[in-house]
Amino acid sequence: MIGASLPELSAALAARSISSVELTRLFLDRIAAVDPRLNAFITVDPEKSLAQASAADARIGCGEAGALTGIPVAHKDIFCTRGWRTTCGSRMLANFVSPYDAHVIERFNAAGCVILGKTNMDEFAMGSSSENSWFGPVHNPWDVSRVPGGSSGGSAAAVAARLAPAATGTDTGGSIRQPAALSGVTGLKPTYGAVSRYGMIAFASSLDQGGPIAKSAQECAWMMEVMAGHDPRDSTSLRQVRPDYRSELGRPIDGLRIGVPAEFFAQGLSADVAAAVEEAIAEFRRLGARTVEVHLPAMRLAIPVYYVLAPAEASSNLSRFDGVRYGYRTQRYRDLNEMYCRTRAEGFGAEVRRRILIGTYVLSHGYYDAYYLRAQKIRRLIRNEFDEAFTHCDVILGPTAPTVAFALGAKRTDPVQMYLNDLYTIPANLAGLPALSIPCGFGEAGLPVGAQLIGRHFDEPRLLGAAHRYQQATDWHTRMPAEPHPA
Amino acid sequence: MPLSLEQVSRIAELARIEISPAEALTLQGELNRIFTLIERMQEIDTGALAPMAHALDVRQPLREDEPSEPERREAFLEIAPETAGGLYLVPKVIE
Repeated sequence: MIGASLPELSAALAARSISSVELTRLFLDRIAAVDPRLNAFITVDPEKSLAQASAADARIGCGEAGALTGIPVAHKDIFCTRGWRTTCGSRMLANFVSPYDAHVIERFNAAGCVILGKTNMDEFAMGSSSENSWFGPVHNPWDVSRVPGGSSGGSAAAVAARLAPAATGTDTGGSIRQPAALSGVTGLKPTYGAVSRYGMIAFASSLDQGGPIAKSAQECAWMMEVMAGHDPRDSTSLRQVRPDYRSELGRPIDGLRIGVPAEFFAQGLSADVAAAVEEAIAEFRRLGARTVEVHLPAMRLAIPVYYVLAPAEASSNLSRFDGVRYGYRTQRYRDLNEMYCRTRAEGFGAEVRRRILIGTYVLSHGYYDAYYLRAQKIRRLIRNEFDEAFTHCDVILGPTAPTVAFALGAKRTDPVQMYLNDLYTIPANLAGLPALSIPCGFGEAGLPVGAQLIGRHFDEPRLLGAAHRYQQATDWHTRMPAEPHPA
Repeated sequence: MPLSLEQVSRIAELARIEISPAEALTLQGELNRIFTLIERMQEIDTGALAPMAHALDVRQPLREDEPSEPERREAFLEIAPETAGGLYLVPKVIE
């Protein structure tokens, strides 16, 4: 049961071969047994989860169930959840209990899903390893001495270890796709605006996007059916009718044009990852797709552009944490300014402080044109290059991350080395494009490798359909790590 | 151009984050390494490009100026570090 897909769980619940309470208990027991080695969850509250499960059972009992009613889902601890602690991985919000639900949480509640717990993450979603958490690092279930990727590392590790059937994440520069790749699961960053940001604690608002992490593309499609949709409370929420995310599952991919950018296979990509991704390309060809070479030369500037724009937006968004209205307040202060400065020094971790400082500097008087404005211009150039590439192809395929999961601590002290992990994922955020990471084999030390598919705006159904076709022909996404030894 | 120690301290002041002299020194090194990476942006001519703020160039929607949220004063005050008489408390600002 722990490895069953969302459609299988849905069928089992509908057939009453298992109840939501039994299913929820099964996963809660697994969390209690396995999570001490992984630290994938910040908050688990069996009483609340089981109350939701028995409400779901009642709903199933009177024939009012939807597709996911009764299924437990884990949520990244960035989504405000009424009555639950929502920490964002930060000391600043270590005791914050949200007075309202994020739009995403409202939708899962309305669908009758059970909140299984809140997952660990890099503080304020800033990081690529899930080590920057006030609640300690997350461990990769494939090798607990390695990172699971980040920032949605708790969600990715939980799904990989089958502690949850599926989970939510957020992706500002790769935070769904990179941990999905490093943990051997499937993750989708939707088109910017597809999933409401209401109640999703803000990092960089022009880039932040919520999305699903699950075992397969099919499950991601099921999750999107719940998560996505217009929300007037997010001014950037897309207004058009959302696609049916399951519409292209099961369709053949004959003639699909896959663009392969040379820039994705240049210096910096490790040989084991390159080999696995090239094998995935060969598999797509065997399934009827053709490949075309495309070019994204400005991609080399994606990391510099991102490390101007994201910190700039973060420095503005995180100014709300002032020790006055919610969250942490320092104990030692003589006046208002000292209260602000110490609250923020003590409440934020090192990486968050660094990014606030970068953002404050690039937005400061005299530097705005050289940094922020220039970055916004290059952002347009990167998007233009994608537009051009998509006149020659339907989807773009490349690696998700340059290496397999690295050791805990290996890059923690060198921010620049850590930033380079997001080389292949950042461009889709800058251009607002949907992008998906799927398991495509194993590299060094038997660790999972992810392949990334990037689509045109609103083209999630095609991405999910192509990935599903690949997953029907391969079994990488069904591989499970060995049970981690007890702590 | 590398950031001086004084600049690092000034930025921290603007950001309302207290840093010790030792932290300023560490941050100076880290920030300068990050800015070396960022400086790569200078290698191309961006003259003809229009800055892009939104991935889909969507315009800000407007709505009627009517209250849309329920009044939940108590719930929001309850999560504040310090309140009194229905107000947020901060250290004295005016002597």
